Amino acid sequence: MSRKYELVYVVSPDATDEQVTEVHTQVEGIVQRMNGQLEKTDNWGRRKLAYEIGRHKEGTYVLEVINGDGELMKEIDRRLKVTDLVIRHLVVRVDEEQLVVDRTRNRRTETTRRRRVARGLPPDRQPGEGQRGEPDDDRDDRFDMGGEELR
Amino acid sequence: MNGKKSFGGRGKSGSSSQQGKDAQRRPMFRRRKVCKFCSDKIDDINYKDVKLLMPFVPERAKVLPRRISGTCALHQRKLRTAIMRARQLALIPYTTE
Repeated sequence: MSRKYELVYVVSPDATDEQVTEVHTQVEGIVQRMNGQLEKTDNWGRRKLAYEIGRHKEGTYVLEVINGDGELMKEIDRRLKVTDLVIRHLVVRVDEEQLVVDRTRNRRTETTRRRRVARGLPPDRQPGEGQRGEPDDDRDDRFDMGGEELR
Repeated sequence: MNGKKSFGGRGKSGSSSQQGKDAQRRPMFRRRKVCKFCSDKIDDINYKDVKLLMPFVPERAKVLPRRISGTCALHQRKLRTAIMRARQLALIPYTTE
């Protein structure tokens, strides 16, 4: 059974670009060996850390989205723990959360559509709708001290 | 679900100067607090989105309590996990000095 995971790891700032790619190829290798799929890789580049980890103040962040099973992630987790170059990493399972998010989003669009149709409007929001122009309220005569009403 | 009216208690804009019999007769007007995530329709509170999380992590880097931010229970829970994950990755501090 395939699950979707997100892996973020922080590589030490001393590492060269080649070393960062090497860590990535290592992860990729494990994924391929254990019949997973690497869906996406995103290098966030060098960021300042919110707190010092060891003696480091910066780090290179890399995000990987992986399809695979728990055993695969366990292996990756173990490997990253051993790798000294990686100063911090986090594995999060995302498929279930994504499902919930999609469901709530769909439910909301459906309700708004239903309500709009009930009000006799087209189901989708038209461009320019919902932005009210200048209120053309000329009938406000509370401060109108004009002629005849002034006693 | 979204937001609640806060009568009395310690609210965001609670002021101690306006107490006494006047305050007893008609409670001070407080703006109704609404959950940011409900009103902006943000379903996915992600740990990677530091910009979104930072307003809920004030100076001392603690999680801003619900009674102050007005976040609804569901979203506060999601917010908390997101902040905890971001902290692990040193995107958000655990504490400041």
